[in-house]
Amino acid sequence: MSATELHIPHTPAATRQGLAARIWKSRIDYLFLVPGLLIFGAFIVWPLIASEYYSLLNWTGFGAAKKFVGLQNYRELLQDEFFLNAFKRSFLFTLATVPLQMFISLVFAILLNNKLLKLSTLFRTMIFLPVVTPVVVIAIVIALMLSPFNGPINGLLLDAGLFERAVDFLGSPQLVLWTLAGVFVWKWTGVTLIYWLAALQTVPEELYEAAKLDGVKTWQVTVFVVLPIIAPFAVVIGLISAIAALNVFPLIQSTTQGGPFFASEVMEVFIFRIAFAPSGGMVPQLGYASAAGVLFGLAVMILTIFQIVAVRRARRKDPANG
Amino acid sequence: MADVALSHSSAITSRQSFLNPRRRRLITSVVLAAICIVWVYPLVWMVSASFKSNSEIFAGGGLIPENPTFENFVRAWHEANIGAYFFNTLFVTVGSVLITTISAALMGYALGRRPFPGRATLFGLMLFTLFIPQGYTIIPVFELLSNLGLGQSLWGLMLATCGHSIVIFTLLFAGYFSQMPKELEEASRMDGVGPVKTFWYVMLPLSKPIIVTVVVMQTLQAWNDFLLPLVITLANPALRTLSVGIYSFRGEHFIDWGGMTAGSTITIVPVIILFLFLQRYFIDGLAGAVKG
Repeated sequence: MSATELHIPHTPAATRQGLAARIWKSRIDYLFLVPGLLIFGAFIVWPLIASEYYSLLNWTGFGAAKKFVGLQNYRELLQDEFFLNAFKRSFLFTLATVPLQMFISLVFAILLNNKLLKLSTLFRTMIFLPVVTPVVVIAIVIALMLSPFNGPINGLLLDAGLFERAVDFLGSPQLVLWTLAGVFVWKWTGVTLIYWLAALQTVPEELYEAAKLDGVKTWQVTVFVVLPIIAPFAVVIGLISAIAALNVFPLIQSTTQGGPFFASEVMEVFIFRIAFAPSGGMVPQLGYASAAGVLFGLAVMILTIFQIVAVRRARRKDPANG
Repeated sequence: MADVALSHSSAITSRQSFLNPRRRRLITSVVLAAICIVWVYPLVWMVSASFKSNSEIFAGGGLIPENPTFENFVRAWHEANIGAYFFNTLFVTVGSVLITTISAALMGYALGRRPFPGRATLFGLMLFTLFIPQGYTIIPVFELLSNLGLGQSLWGLMLATCGHSIVIFTLLFAGYFSQMPKELEEASRMDGVGPVKTFWYVMLPLSKPIIVTVVVMQTLQAWNDFLLPLVITLANPALRTLSVGIYSFRGEHFIDWGGMTAGSTITIVPVIILFLFLQRYFIDGLAGAVKG
């Protein structure tokens, strides 16, 4: 059904009514918005605007005076190796985790979607447990599991003779980001699994039955029938997962604080360090940190717009939703 | 064509004797069970370590402690202040759940069902802010709370915690309310009932599933939140939440793994119980994000 068929013509009286009159008529509706708008305005819209202003300041601490310096923070940031590396790391981390997480959870989802699989709810719950576990607890768990001193995983690797010496998964600058990417995938696969299961709900039951009657094998149904149907969802799921991977501050701050030697310092860890936890003798640079936040926010926004366009395109291509 | 189909089906029947659907399901179950046990093993191991002494934790024993002890819990609760942090977290969580749920329901109702001027603009603005990273907003949020005199208080933390997901929850409510039949409001209008009463007596009772979803999701969000409580309690350790408390515990007593795992166990037990009992609502809420 197209939108034009649904279009109900305005009565002339309604269109002629002034905006002020219509606002007055809806006054009670605005009352409903008050509490929500206060929160939305104070903690989302205002910070969005204020960040941009703060990014133009030389501002060393919350009590300190603010001095307008124009675009100087941005000019400095673009030459700051720590910033550029953190920026790069954030997107590298996202590129490493999103495809892996989407693939693993898709395999789980296809297996668990079988209604005859009696334990599928239990399995789903188990895969979901790391999701509800606070990140700081995950940090302690993996510090213990991956410890190079008698940690169980190193014990296993050494016993199996895979390595001669214990591997310092979180202490090696070469390994740390990839280790954390693996931990991140483990923690969040449960969420992506739920997304895929929701997508699989849109596949009509009759399709499976028709395929079974025709003697088509299960894997063939999955690859040639089910996957094309749920493919448009991949863009949305990819977007949500990418945003989550860019917001990885809690995991990294609580495991390595960006170390060792800044090897796991992603964007938000950089911002936090500059603004709230400057290393010995340095003053907090709130203007500089805000500028970094604005650039990062812009990058995320561009990525979001890019993906939303992709979603629209994917939906248009799909005749079922068109 | 018929020949192909025939040979195909005979191939299937010969395979079926060997790998019939039931047997295949059994194999899938066994493989999945093995994967899932490995998946949750680190968490189970952590809980088991909380009942072991520090020397036993790294002795490489099994999951069941040889000399189970509650000492870690006592030490964590009193000496590491996990007890106080527990009640801080509870206070912030309960308050933010109440505020968020009520605000999101009210705003969602107006957005989902009332054709007020500016509705489309508000929708657009909310969608636009859906994916703003927290690192972008933390400095102004802290500055705002400080200016309101709430920069060092649990009330400030509670209010700011409401900001995280208010947009998603409002959109969930709006989507749910907009699908309800139009007759509901027409009937109440005939009876001369205004929108406030309609909302309270008709709409809200019908939206119970979405209310539970929002309550569960916001509880987990507030309980597990990290960046915001970290920033607000930097200068005021007495206000720490469990997440920040466990994080600082690790910085201060970095060899007391028994105390750390005990504190962690105290932190995860409430959320895991909540999740196990109400997981359907949590999963519905997440699934709504993809379908919408």
